Amino acid sequence: MELVDRLLAGDRRACARLITLVENEAPEAQQALKEIHPHTGKAHVIGVTGPPGAGKSSLVDKLTQYYREQGKTVGVIAVDPSSPFTGGALLGDRIRMQERSTDPGVFIRSMGTRGHMGGLALTTKDAIKILDAFGKDIILVETVGTGQDEIDIIRAADTVLVVTMPSLGDDIQAIKAGILEIGDIFVVNKADLDFVDKAVMELEMMLDFNSGKGWRPPVVRTVANMGGGIEELAEAIQAHIEYLKKEGLYEEKRRLKVEMELLEVLNRRVVKEVLEKAKKTNEFDRLVDLILERETDCYSAAETLLQKK
Amino acid sequence: MDTTYIYKLESKVDTVTSMRKIRVLVAKPGLDGHDRGAKVVARALRDAGMEVIYTGLRQTPEQIVETALQEDVDCVGLSILSGAHMTLVPKVIELLKKNQAADMLVAVGGIIPDEDAARLKEMGVRGVFGPGTSTQEIITFIQSHVSA
Ligand code: B12
Ligand SMILES: Nc1nc2c(ncn2[C@@H]2O[C@H](COP(=O)(O)OP(=O)(O)O)[C@@H](O)[C@H]2O)c(=O)[nH]1
Ligand SMILES: [Mg+2]
Repeated sequence: MELVDRLLAGDRRACARLITLVENEAPEAQQALKEIHPHTGKAHVIGVTGPPGAGKSSLVDKLTQYYREQGKTVGVIAVDPSSPFTGGALLGDRIRMQERSTDPGVFIRSMGTRGHMGGLALTTKDAIKILDAFGKDIILVETVGTGQDEIDIIRAADTVLVVTMPSLGDDIQAIKAGILEIGDIFVVNKADLDFVDKAVMELEMMLDFNSGKGWRPPVVRTVANMGGGIEELAEAIQAHIEYLKKEGLYEEKRRLKVEMELLEVLNRRVVKEVLEKAKKTNEFDRLVDLILERETDCYSAAETLLQKK
Repeated sequence: MDTTYIYKLESKVDTVTSMRKIRVLVAKPGLDGHDRGAKVVARALRDAGMEVIYTGLRQTPEQIVETALQEDVDCVGLSILSGAHMTLVPKVIELLKKNQAADMLVAVGGIIPDEDAARLKEMGVRGVFGPGTSTQEIITFIQSHVSA
């Protein structure tokens, strides 16, 4: 594909257009992803999650600046929620990244979730691949950050940062309720505010309580809007990368990722094929009627649909 | 598998293009601090089902064009109430041309005298919208120009 050739040659407009095709689930997208695959797997992907307002975008901005100063190229994907009613979205993360927008070593893309739950868009993983093939050394992915179901990011990233801020007692609760397991590094941002020590201490205690063998997530303090603590954070990220590599977990994680992805693609393909066939004959609606009339049930109906395939 | 996904698949079986979304950049170039109009327009476009990239105040033409290219938007919307439109808008148009993106739809809103609006249109701006424009008019303008 011409677009893929242009992407590999470093053309940012081709990169932008390919992400659009993938986002729109356009027919050409699959072919493009097939051709891109051999050129992926080089970037280190860092996920950034945490509640709205904690400072995720500001951190992404400052980390980008840091990595650029180290001579690395950076891709950023910032995901915001799409309205479930209109499908529209206000994508505002770039407000915190204005200074990066004209750096040729940086490519930033905003994405709406387009109805997908889990903290990312369904196609964010593919957008990451495009940035990877585009040659970005580091890819930072900012999740929606609304709740506790932000599990997509562990499948998409090598290292996950969970960002929180002091004096939000509720936030610490939220972290307890399920996000504790997904973080490789915990960031207490807004360390310029009161109650930082308390927040850090609570987190440390929870982590001590939670952690078994292996990697014990560190807690790092930052002041993202002023660039404070960024170097320490980058060091923690580097330590995590080295840990993964040393323990052979880098490969293991990536293998798991591929397994999940293959299952997902297969899932989608099978459902799609079955639905397409069933649509043509109205079989789907007829079976729904029968289930409602108690003539059949979902399990038997699914079998019927699968046999028709 | 979540239900939204199934619904999406279902609608995909009917219309292949259902995932296509109009993407619009709403930008405030220059030192102009009037952001009320830009925010009103951004929200209205979102509520009309578009994906709106809002980049905040004080953008240079270079930042605006670079953002438009990376975000692959269908429309660049500029909000200018400072009176500097005759220097800022031509710069944006020129940079778009330089990047082979002259086909991108450009719309300008804010305080733009009629004679300036006419000149901006000659340069390639497709729509100019002053105070009191209904947001529906802006939505219709973008929808009709992008799908065409
Ligand atoms: C509110 C206001 C302010 C507020 C702004 C608050 C804010 N955060 O936005 C404050 C008090 C801060 C302010 C300050 C100033 N203001 Co003032 N302000 C206004 C006022 C009264 C209304 C603007 C407004 O919010 N309208 C409501 C919104 C919804 O309308 P809108 O912005 O026009 O947007 C509509 C359209 O223009 C269009 N549109 C706008 N953006 C976009 C974008 C796209 C993509 C599209 C498609 C359409 C579109 O659609 C919108 C919906 O209809 C206007 C007068 C007026 N009647 O316009 C003066 C006005 C804009 N201000 C003016 C001036 C001079 C100033 C100051 C310089 C005053 C001073 N000497 O200190 C400062 C500068 C501030 C700065 N940093 O830039 C002048 C500008 C003169 C000029 N351009 O030649 C005006 C025109 C008043 C006047 N008649 O002199 N101002
Ligand atoms: N006081 C303080 N404010 C911050 C800090 N980091 C970010 N902010 C501000 O917090 C707000 C939300 O930041 P943002 O990065 O958009 O958060 P996000 O919603 O998690 O992406 C913005 O107004 C930032 O300027 C910090 O370390 N200290
Ligand atoms: Mg953000």
